[in-house]
Amino acid sequence: MDQASANHAGNRAADRFVAPAEREVWRVLADVPDPEIPVLSVVELGIIRHVRIADDGRVTVGVSPTYTGCPATEVIARSIESRLQAEGYERPKVETVLSPAWSSDWLTESGRAKLKEYGIAPPAQSVSNVKHLFREPKVACPRCSSTQTAKVSEFGSTPCKASYRCSSCLEPFEYFKCI
Amino acid sequence: MSATATPVTAAASDDLRFRYAVHLGDTSLILAQRLGEWVGHAPALEEDLALANIALDLLGQARHLLSYAGEIEGKGRSEDDLAFLRDPSDFGNLALVEQPNVDFGHTIVRQFLIDAWQLELFERLQSSVEPRFAELAAKALKETRYHYRFSSGWMVRLGDGTEESHQRVQAGLDALWKFTNELFAPGAVDEEAAAAGLGPDPASLRAAWLANVEPVLAEATLKKPADVSYRWFGKRNQHGEHLSHLLAEMQFMQRTYPGMQW
Repeated sequence: MDQASANHAGNRAADRFVAPAEREVWRVLADVPDPEIPVLSVVELGIIRHVRIADDGRVTVGVSPTYTGCPATEVIARSIESRLQAEGYERPKVETVLSPAWSSDWLTESGRAKLKEYGIAPPAQSVSNVKHLFREPKVACPRCSSTQTAKVSEFGSTPCKASYRCSSCLEPFEYFKCI
Repeated sequence: MSATATPVTAAASDDLRFRYAVHLGDTSLILAQRLGEWVGHAPALEEDLALANIALDLLGQARHLLSYAGEIEGKGRSEDDLAFLRDPSDFGNLALVEQPNVDFGHTIVRQFLIDAWQLELFERLQSSVEPRFAELAAKALKETRYHYRFSSGWMVRLGDGTEESHQRVQAGLDALWKFTNELFAPGAVDEEAAAAGLGPDPASLRAAWLANVEPVLAEATLKKPADVSYRWFGKRNQHGEHLSHLLAEMQFMQRTYPGMQW
């Protein structure tokens, strides 16, 4: 499976178009957690761009960094390799794919639901319209769903999150930024 | 996308690709290091995290650019070799980014002036004939929009804030403005890169940069300093003493314990 089908499909991967051997690799990847937000798999995060299997059986996985300097990128590459090795794939390779740049739009539906359950507000809007990046989105509190929330900081504990506070239930929470 | 592309008049040699990647990479790297100095010292935890996050994005840009520089140079130097084992006279960063933090106001002004420039640089760099530059630009542009929103927000809060915050941020602007003409000055590697289609003509970024800067200064009730004719030329590898001090700290471990790994 390549970018065209993988980009927007994530783990809803248009299965019909994926060779069984590659589909098997996607299944394994669906169990590899993101190190910073372990409720999400790397597939749900939308960072897996392609799976290729060479004639000699060697697997290459294309991974996009969420942010250029995200320190989790290397941990993710190592965990993908070791999980594939544990499943019997020999010398799997992870390559970085910068273009097209990862977007929070590529979080899967199940990924968004799991984020909210975990207490992180999912991205509030699509970035397909670039103007959204300059406008403040209405962010709902993941705990009480109130939209009476205030941004505390554009930045949070990881590059992908901002810090918010709920004015209704008064709890602080993190918001997964739109990018 | 830019309306008019710079006409390509020369082929991009490997040497030019190397020097242009180093110029852009060093600019991101040195600013990242400066912002990193704030970790544990920023006025509030949120700002500490914000400056560290921006530093991380810049460091990511630097890693991609310096890795590419090392590959194209073909002498086996890695991103780390380039970052930690070069001398100040081998660094091609803009003079603006090596200026000291001084206080939060100065730091925000420096960040704002660079963010406003990177917005335009990365927008145009997406059309580079070299895919490695174009790909990085598309990625970095998204992050830079966040940086600009952060720094312009603080420009307004501080400039239109208390008497003291206004005075400090105006002092920062007065001290740093003179370094901005280098961003658009001809006669250095970025102009050569533009002729080869690797990047935008530096002079062509000025109008768009001003359009990012002036409305924010107005809203912040800040006075735009007068332009000066003297030009600093970090991008010609000419640096003041600040860079040496910065590198002494940044490079200490690798210089003292060569090949050391965490």
